Amino acid sequence: MNKELEGRVFPPTTPYLVGREKVREFARAVFAQSPLNHDPEAAKAAGFVDVVAPPTFAVVIQEAGLALLLAAPDTGIDFSRIVHGEQKFTYTRPIVAGDELTAILTVTSIKSLGGNDMITAETAISDATGEHVVTATSVLVMRGTE
Amino acid sequence: MSDLVVGQELITGNITLTRFSLVRYAGASGDFNPIHYRDDVAASVGLPGVLAHGMLTMGLAVQPVIDWMGDRGELVEYGVRFTRPVVVDGNGGVVVTVSAKVGAIEDDVTRIDLTVSAANQTVLGKSQVRVKLNK
Repeated sequence: MNKELEGRVFPPTTPYLVGREKVREFARAVFAQSPLNHDPEAAKAAGFVDVVAPPTFAVVIQEAGLALLLAAPDTGIDFSRIVHGEQKFTYTRPIVAGDELTAILTVTSIKSLGGNDMITAETAISDATGEHVVTATSVLVMRGTE
Repeated sequence: MSDLVVGQELITGNITLTRFSLVRYAGASGDFNPIHYRDDVAASVGLPGVLAHGMLTMGLAVQPVIDWMGDRGELVEYGVRFTRPVVVDGNGGVVVTVSAKVGAIEDDVTRIDLTVSAANQTVLGKSQVRVKLNK
């Protein structure tokens, strides 16, 4: 893996408009049953403008950032050997339907460990006003070729 | 929340994952890697079977905590390590068990530690949820 990737900041992703039905669909898929995830009235009563996305929904936005990383020609990343090692989300607020979200991915670390390469990518996700919503941090492990 | 103590068990629950769950998550998340729905592809890359998406396991594992917390607080951070694959049998699926206990109380942040297992093996490591509780 290209060590010079460390510190690279990728351009902002195309804004992603969070749809109400997408939130509901994702909520069903992760077995989230709270009315906040499904019922706009319940969400409004709790102070949100629309249905609230489950905590890991940010992965959908992170994916757009990771796609830029994986498409870069000089990374030395072989996608067929990549395994998702760790994932973390750090929240300023929950994602809600109606949010228009942009992700900026930064490669924060490249390490070699026991024949494998580990890349840590931090994806900062902001809303249309530029306010931070959530940061998604992924550790991808590229298995050695033995 | 002062009535919590470190080590206290908060909640435990079971979810059965089937191939239907995996296809549904593929569509909802956009992760259409065929190792999550095709036995032949999973076998061709040396996997023990069709696997659940790690992010599906992560996504469902936090739900008991979210439900337990309700409107009493907010989520600050959630992180996991993917330590073992969750193999989803084509017929019976697999039962994923989640249990949550209080891991630490640091000022206004409570750390809740999750134990997530399938087929009697833990599948997520260092699975920690940090919440700020206000009542």
